[in-house]
Amino acid sequence: MLERELNKQVTIEQFVASLKSGMTIGIAGWGPRRKPMALVRAILRSDLTDLTIVAYGGPDVGMLCAAGKVKKVIFGFVSMDAIPLEPYFRKSREAGGLDIFELDEGMLQWGLKAAAFRLPFLPTHVGLGTDVMTHGGFKTVQSPYADGEVLLAMPALKLDAALLHVQRADRLGNIQALGPDTYYDEWFARAADRTFVSAEEVVDRMDHSYPEDARANIVERCFVHAVIEAPFGAHPTSMPPAYGWDMKQLKAYAASAREEAGWDAYAADIIGADEADYLARVGGKDAVVALPLPIF
Amino acid sequence: MTTAPDFTLCEQLIVAASEAWRGNGELVATGIGPAPRLAAGLAKLTHTPELMMTDGEAFLVEDPVPIGPRGYDDRKAAGYLPFSRFFDAAVWSGKRHAMVTPSQIDRFGQTNISYLGGTYDQPKVQMLGARGFPGNSICHINSMFVPAHSKRVFVEGEVDMVSSVGYNPARRTPGVNFSRVDLRLIVTDLCVMDFGGKDKAIRVVMLHPGVTFEQVQDATGFALEAATEVATTPAPTAEQLAIIARLDPHGLRAGVLKDNPAGKRS
Repeated sequence: MLERELNKQVTIEQFVASLKSGMTIGIAGWGPRRKPMALVRAILRSDLTDLTIVAYGGPDVGMLCAAGKVKKVIFGFVSMDAIPLEPYFRKSREAGGLDIFELDEGMLQWGLKAAAFRLPFLPTHVGLGTDVMTHGGFKTVQSPYADGEVLLAMPALKLDAALLHVQRADRLGNIQALGPDTYYDEWFARAADRTFVSAEEVVDRMDHSYPEDARANIVERCFVHAVIEAPFGAHPTSMPPAYGWDMKQLKAYAASAREEAGWDAYAADIIGADEADYLARVGGKDAVVALPLPIF
Repeated sequence: MTTAPDFTLCEQLIVAASEAWRGNGELVATGIGPAPRLAAGLAKLTHTPELMMTDGEAFLVEDPVPIGPRGYDDRKAAGYLPFSRFFDAAVWSGKRHAMVTPSQIDRFGQTNISYLGGTYDQPKVQMLGARGFPGNSICHINSMFVPAHSKRVFVEGEVDMVSSVGYNPARRTPGVNFSRVDLRLIVTDLCVMDFGGKDKAIRVVMLHPGVTFEQVQDATGFALEAATEVATTPAPTAEQLAIIARLDPHGLRAGVLKDNPAGKRS
């Protein structure tokens, strides 16, 4: 036994207890794809409030808005692909209750990269000439070189916490994401003070269990501060190659937004008391593994 | 002489839209929505085989992927272009020509997909958000597909939230390099337009058979120019129709235009 053994595994309760109201939280994944939904549900069940959410948003952003957890949304889009308009984000924004910082998709990852590189900003063409510039309060910089170009200075998007969901993690913080696309998960992790990664499976040592898949290690373990075992933790979003998104559940969730007190009913019926309760309410393990991968 | 097959207006539009990518060379042809995607596939399979294309998820394919339900592994990957590489490799590097369907388009070619009405702090109708439109429009070629040409789409003033850059002189921040803004075609259910008018004004270049310039003007919230010689949109060939049918085995194109009208020969 080593004298000081690294062990980053925590329970989902310990994860949520380490967050504070008012934090800026980045949520990895993309729309309805590989979102850390078990971690999001833990926040839904908590007393946390006044959060600033940074995301390529899907039902994660919508549910947190519906539950009144959100003060501000920093986003490139909020959409569930096959259900293009996220119903609860839409409702919240149309009610005028949200602070909004709307970005181009590319600007969002650029801001995360600036934070990761510990730069105050990174220059870009993107946003110039549009109302993203008008409303975002961005400043410009001029190239000090012969071209003299004026560029938008995308400020660093520093995160207090980043949330990711992947297939595998070990106790040291080595993680593997196996799907066809890892989106900007690695940059959410590097932009954050603390990164929490939930995984379908947590093993003792990745090198002992899955050394052949080391190229799926999307971000180095020094950027991973805690790992949480959360089987089916992306549901109802997609987790290729293991399971697809649950369109039936997403449609039921979207339909609830059209009902009076729809979110309260949805939360009571579906979100449940904990993850085991949730899984039972959405049909159990067998139903989730049978979800077909989405076709684009 | 063989009889040319029957065709729908949508198929006629797909053929017209595929012309947007003619001769573009090695760049990613992205068609968002069924008709633009079929048009991109048609372009690659007929006049511009160099075009690159994704499976809609993360892989580059040489055989355009049919739209609608299919086996997940049916597409054969030739390359890899996930979202995690998209800004580096396609958008910001200018190696892309996208055709999109904005909710609003103004006389400057500025578009909106973010919100309609109200204010930024409290919009009347929240839509998608700006998505990649600011970056797309300042970095690479863009075209548009409009299935219902009306004043609601082609608005009188500026769009409610400028999501993509057009040719509006009032928004040309001094010192910024706007030289890569490159708007090509707008294909609608009434006509085909380009930006070849005075100071990049929108100009009608083709009318679908039976449609008049006045009809297009009446459905547009700003004054349109007309090309010196306005052509009539050609009918699809049997070969083009066969390719479209192969790329759309479930017939999703039948839902693109209201009531799926028949096409017309000139």
